[in-house]
Amino acid sequence: MDIPLIEFKNVTKRFGTKTVLQRVNLQIYEGQITTIIGLSGSGKSVMLKHIIGLIQPDEGAIYFRGKPIAEMKKTEIAAAFAQISYMFQGNALFDSLTVYDNIALPLRETTNLKKAEIDRRVMNRIEQTELSEAIYKYPSELSGGMQKRAALARALITDPQIVLFDEPTTGQDPVRKNAILGMIAQYQKKFNFTAILVSHEIPDVYFISNRVLALYDRQIVFQGTPEELENFDHPFMDEVISSLESLQKELTGLYSKRQFKVLNHVQLEHRRKPNKVSHVQIERRKSGESYCVVVFTLSDLDAIISNLGYDAAQEAIHSMGVYIDKNFGTIGGFSMRHKSNEIITVLPFSNLEEAENILKNFVNDFQEQGLRDIWTETQNQASADKCVDFVIRAGVAQGQPIDEIDSIIQSAKSRQTEIGRLHCAAGE
Amino acid sequence: MALTADIKGGSENEIKGGAGLLVSRPFAFIGRNALGWINRLGAAAIFLCMAFLSTIGRKQLSKTVQQIYYIGARSITIIMLVSLFTGMVLGLQSYHSLLKFGASGAVGSLVSLSLIMELGPVLTAIMITARAGSAIAAEIGIQRISEQIDALHTMRINPIRYLISPKITAAIISFPLLTAVFDLIGILGGYISAVVLLGLNGGVYLHSINTYVVMSDITNGFVKSIVFAIIVATVCCYQGYFAHLRKDSHGAQAVGLATTSAVVTSCVLILVSDYVVTSLLA
Repeated sequence: MDIPLIEFKNVTKRFGTKTVLQRVNLQIYEGQITTIIGLSGSGKSVMLKHIIGLIQPDEGAIYFRGKPIAEMKKTEIAAAFAQISYMFQGNALFDSLTVYDNIALPLRETTNLKKAEIDRRVMNRIEQTELSEAIYKYPSELSGGMQKRAALARALITDPQIVLFDEPTTGQDPVRKNAILGMIAQYQKKFNFTAILVSHEIPDVYFISNRVLALYDRQIVFQGTPEELENFDHPFMDEVISSLESLQKELTGLYSKRQFKVLNHVQLEHRRKPNKVSHVQIERRKSGESYCVVVFTLSDLDAIISNLGYDAAQEAIHSMGVYIDKNFGTIGGFSMRHKSNEIITVLPFSNLEEAENILKNFVNDFQEQGLRDIWTETQNQASADKCVDFVIRAGVAQGQPIDEIDSIIQSAKSRQTEIGRLHCAAGE
Repeated sequence: MALTADIKGGSENEIKGGAGLLVSRPFAFIGRNALGWINRLGAAAIFLCMAFLSTIGRKQLSKTVQQIYYIGARSITIIMLVSLFTGMVLGLQSYHSLLKFGASGAVGSLVSLSLIMELGPVLTAIMITARAGSAIAAEIGIQRISEQIDALHTMRINPIRYLISPKITAAIISFPLLTAVFDLIGILGGYISAVVLLGLNGGVYLHSINTYVVMSDITNGFVKSIVFAIIVATVCCYQGYFAHLRKDSHGAQAVGLATTSAVVTSCVLILVSDYVVTSLLA
């Protein structure tokens, strides 16, 4: 692999007698979204502050593009840090400045741009982050979500090459959380910056992350892709991921990818020898127990984003998930969000014919009521009074225990047909 | 037996050690505090130098003007009120005292010299410390604990240039101007009590001022006010800026204690430096 953009080698940090980071080793690569996950108070924010130079390590070294920062000249350090922007967990907005002035501050103080150019750039960011209503308000007059967006706009105003996000979605409702994550992912693609996130939003951050770093017991215990993390066998998974996933199910009604995999297998409980500690082992289903997978796709998510905003788009997919889960949950199905615009539902112990009948009944209800509900919820979050055409498609495939679920999902996707369409001209 | 001897020996050592500690502890306490003070004084001096080095800049002017309005213009009312009554009390007291010696004609010079040389700079500095100094310490302290100052670092904005330097410059400009206002209104207060209320001749009052007040008295008063400005602005900004490093408290409580500490330290240093500057100027 290439030289890491940022690398920690045996970094140790202590505050008084408390060791927060102990011999931490990690690599962050250019152009990727890297997410650091871990429990609260485990030192994730301290790690980010090391990257931006707000905190110095007690031991070890931090490398920037292969060069130790401690050995760099002042001008080199200044040039390196000039590429980095930081979004604080508590936003750190200046409470005596308006939203406009907060966003304009870095441009006013660090560039020689003319007033008109600063105004153009700031207004552009304000529109992108849907803060037009709050432009002359002070941070204390804004909701938590708006403050987050103002902080995000300020972090991106200088078009940085590296952006550090410290808990960007803390204090947001599930819809806004996904809207902010979606916004980060979209900006990252658009401007190609390197994003480093600290987040608890599991599994939502997986959808946008290229790499995940797991901080546990003062050390990085995992570095890899979200898919690799699914198969990571470590106490971290039980203590951290499981607790966060339970919360996720409670909040959104949808299962995480890991829970989904667990549910899709038979759980056998074995007792260990004399200490009576139960141990759960996951095994594949027994042969002969066929199941079906339904894949739902909201085809026009980008059109909703561009016309109605991020919040509305996330509300559309969220309310679609809730509707699907409500209908299929009652007959033993379980659902999860697969991609930004896809929801997968597994119907256990069913064959293709049964599943198609269930889907047929669902489609009738969906066209009568579901589509209307989704559109109503979407409109409630819309930033503009517009109507957007969108199509929802669904496909079913049958699987056997020996099949990999991914191949069944692909098969279901290839069989997708239109199950609902919102047509603005016709009203529905 | 050996065990008993050891125990006995140990006890003697403990007693000696205990007595030694008892003697050395006060010195250690004084030494620690003295070193702490010297450290803080050095840190504040470096802090002030860094602020001075950042004074000049194209973007500093508007921020300095804004701070002059905040520290200076918005303090005028309270300064005028305090100076009026200070002058009136001075006029009243000095009239009755000097009357006993048949020297009531010197009331004007006594009031004006007291105000110009001493009371004007000192009371103005104390009043601004109470009104603006405490606010400066609290504002910077809150900016520190809410990570606004860290945010400036991450945006590559020098916090001392952006936050501190305009305040110190504004204080240096505002203090002498407010002192001048204090002196004038104070002299007017003395005139009201001595001439209007007690019947002293107005011409005598003004003539006495004209005769005894010289330019060096006025410049010495302004020198003092500049010294006080540097002290007050530096102490208040320093206390707020390093509120997060306080060992006695954290968070909002640290900001509260930093503000109290800023006001108390400023007032003490105003009076101490008043004596030092007066001695030097004399």
